[in-house]
Amino acid sequence: MIAIIDYKAGNLKSVERAVKKLGFVCRVTQSREEILKSERIIFPGVGAAGKAMADLKNLGLNSVLEQDFETRKPILGICLGAQIILERSQENEAGCLGLIKGDVELFPQPLFDEGNERLKVPHMGWNGVRIHKEHPVLEGITPADEFYFVHAYYPRPASDDYVVGTTDYGIEFSSVIGYKNLIAVQFHPEKSGRAGLKILSNFCTWNGRYAE
Amino acid sequence: MLSKRIIPCLDVRDGKTTKGIKFKENIDIGDPVEMAKFYYEQGADEIVFYDITASSDRRDIMIDVVRRVAEEIFIPFSVGGGIRTLDDMRQVLLAGAEKVSVNTAAVRDPQIISGGARAFGSQCIVLGMDVKKVGASRKVPSGYEIVIHGGRTYTGIDAIAWARKGEDFGAGEICLNSIDADGTQKGYEMELTPLISENVNIPVIASGGAGNIDHIHDVLTEGKADAALVASVVHYGTYTIKQIKDELHARSVKVRMRW
Repeated sequence: MIAIIDYKAGNLKSVERAVKKLGFVCRVTQSREEILKSERIIFPGVGAAGKAMADLKNLGLNSVLEQDFETRKPILGICLGAQIILERSQENEAGCLGLIKGDVELFPQPLFDEGNERLKVPHMGWNGVRIHKEHPVLEGITPADEFYFVHAYYPRPASDDYVVGTTDYGIEFSSVIGYKNLIAVQFHPEKSGRAGLKILSNFCTWNGRYAE
Repeated sequence: MLSKRIIPCLDVRDGKTTKGIKFKENIDIGDPVEMAKFYYEQGADEIVFYDITASSDRRDIMIDVVRRVAEEIFIPFSVGGGIRTLDDMRQVLLAGAEKVSVNTAAVRDPQIISGGARAFGSQCIVLGMDVKKVGASRKVPSGYEIVIHGGRTYTGIDAIAWARKGEDFGAGEICLNSIDADGTQKGYEMELTPLISENVNIPVIASGGAGNIDHIHDVLTEGKADAALVASVVHYGTYTIKQIKDELHARSVKVRMRW
């Protein structure tokens, strides 16, 4: 069973619907026992980092995630879930889970593209991912595939070792982060058409091993 | 680099689309779920549903449509029309829509924007603006006025001021619909669209007037729109979404080409 962690951070139904459509068994849950018993974890989230961390702690789920990370269970972070795995976020000056070293920053403003057009923040819409390292969860994804992003803050891992893919939006930021059994994507695979579904289905069969 | 979005718009009344897809082969699909799926498979980047069901006690029909659409397509879609309360928003979002759009209700009480943004996040809240060209005046310095009730009621609100206010209240996106251009197929509103886009820091979807690919190209370049809404031009089969994208791509407009 795949546990989709429910910590009041936005609408999780779309993730659940996509995973079910792919034929996998999943449950949206906030039960510590259920999450600990699950085979893999999807950790989604929309909203602000400060509130998300507070809700996670109130539900006692921060320690569950830390524990499951240590036991090598495959974990997929999505959007805000790809940010609060780092040590801290500039958003609400929030202390985060720290599963990966680094922080989360607001896009600098003003922000311009290569044609010197002003870019809006949040970064919202379809954008590509430059793949720097092969990862089982990105199998079948090509440079032409695009994904749906909605975010004003972006993850900044402390080392390039964690960076699996990057995206250009005025700056080049880490849009896919991988470390051991943890893979995190800043975009919404559940809203990214066929390419997004491919990533979800890759994750649902991944053994959690990467670069070892 | 971010792609410009092509967004088909479906008007839905009592659970049926008001314009079916009519192709040379004369296929006429009136089911919003089938149409959404069709456009999803053709490379639409997002879909907008506009509920024009007159009677509010038939809202459940739309919620059922939203639920069924969410089972079939895995791109964002938004629902507008008749959204008056936070509870209306909640129902639509829980049924699986990514965004809700508010128009008349926001003019009546902009707090619905801030309330929605607080409860569900700004990224869910689209401010739909119907505008008409009225000529510049002291009250309406831009010369474009916000109208409601499909253009029958003037509000005395300036379009640019309203766009800024919508952003301040927490709207995550603006859908700018020109009542003058709507249905003409003679091109988008090219004067106001760039003005609005430059005056806010949230994406602007241009709506109303698409008749050919030049129109779409122009609004996404000179018009500074982040996305283009298309209706008749795809429903009547003048172009497929794919043809629109192929042509835009050939003219160096960044669009999503693989789906």
